[in-house]
Amino acid sequence: MSVAVYIFVMAGVTYLIRMIPFTFFGKKIKSQFFRSFLYYIPYAVLSAMTIPAIFYSTGNIYTAIVGTAVAVILAFLEKPLIVVALAASLGAYLCGLIIK
Amino acid sequence: MNSKFIRGMSHGIPICLGYLSVSFGFGILAVKSGLSVFQSAMISATNLTSAGQVGGVDIISKCGTLLEMILVQLTINLRYSLMGLSLTQKLDKSFTTPHRLAASYGITDEIFAVCSSQKEKITPPYMYGMILVAFIGWLMGTVLGAAAGQLLPESISNAMGIVLYGMFLAIIVPPSKKQKSVLTAVAIAAVLSILFNYVLTMISSGFAIIISAVTASVIAALLFPVKDEEEVQS
Repeated sequence: MSVAVYIFVMAGVTYLIRMIPFTFFGKKIKSQFFRSFLYYIPYAVLSAMTIPAIFYSTGNIYTAIVGTAVAVILAFLEKPLIVVALAASLGAYLCGLIIK
Repeated sequence: MNSKFIRGMSHGIPICLGYLSVSFGFGILAVKSGLSVFQSAMISATNLTSAGQVGGVDIISKCGTLLEMILVQLTINLRYSLMGLSLTQKLDKSFTTPHRLAASYGITDEIFAVCSSQKEKITPPYMYGMILVAFIGWLMGTVLGAAAGQLLPESISNAMGIVLYGMFLAIIVPPSKKQKSVLTAVAIAAVLSILFNYVLTMISSGFAIIISAVTASVIAALLFPVKDEEEVQS
């Protein structure tokens, strides 16, 4: 299948998800279960996307483990997103220099 | 257009800087997955979202089905629906339907967070200014990462592969620390994802993410229903 088709579908779905509620709804969602579900979904999605994929993200499992550890520690200390993200990368890079 | 547009742009600058480095990582990832620089840029320009794009590129590289693509985008980006709903409560009267159609393109975690923290009502120029600056950062970072990623030494481009995942951890760890409910959802999703990755390998990675996330969220919603004031904090 052409990559353009994938991109078109991806972009279309993403736009509709944003557009429909923003444009056509104004009222509150009443179902507590549904509201709760929507509240947890972002965290659950990111967790499932990150684990175990993060361990393969650098091409070397040891550098990835070091990067992950750095990210978890800094995230636990509630550092800004960008600091955590770049420090994880730096950790993986430095580990890569050492084990070579 | 005017001062509100400028104000939106200035509020968008930190977002732009953050996006630059994160999308640099996306550019590298996309090229590594077999996409061209142009294709990577098109994805960033039309989607403007990190997690959804990573999920999408994964499906493209594995030649997944379009149904899988739709469901993955739906699951990963569902939070934007909730954010959009929440933002509607803060919109200025000048935010007519055409403006809503246009501005909804730019609902991202960060833009939502900044807009919803404003005291005054959100106007279209304000939101457009912020979206424009954020968009420039996201697109430029992607192009640089996709093009220069190949020029960088492998040790650096490999290390950049973890940037986006690091950002994801930065989003999920702090609330997990404070709320047992979020920790539960995160832990169940991670365990299921590992199970799919190593044991139930016949399930494709896109569906594995959906099943893991939906199951975890349903369980968390049943165990820990959220009260009104807790919803939509990003």
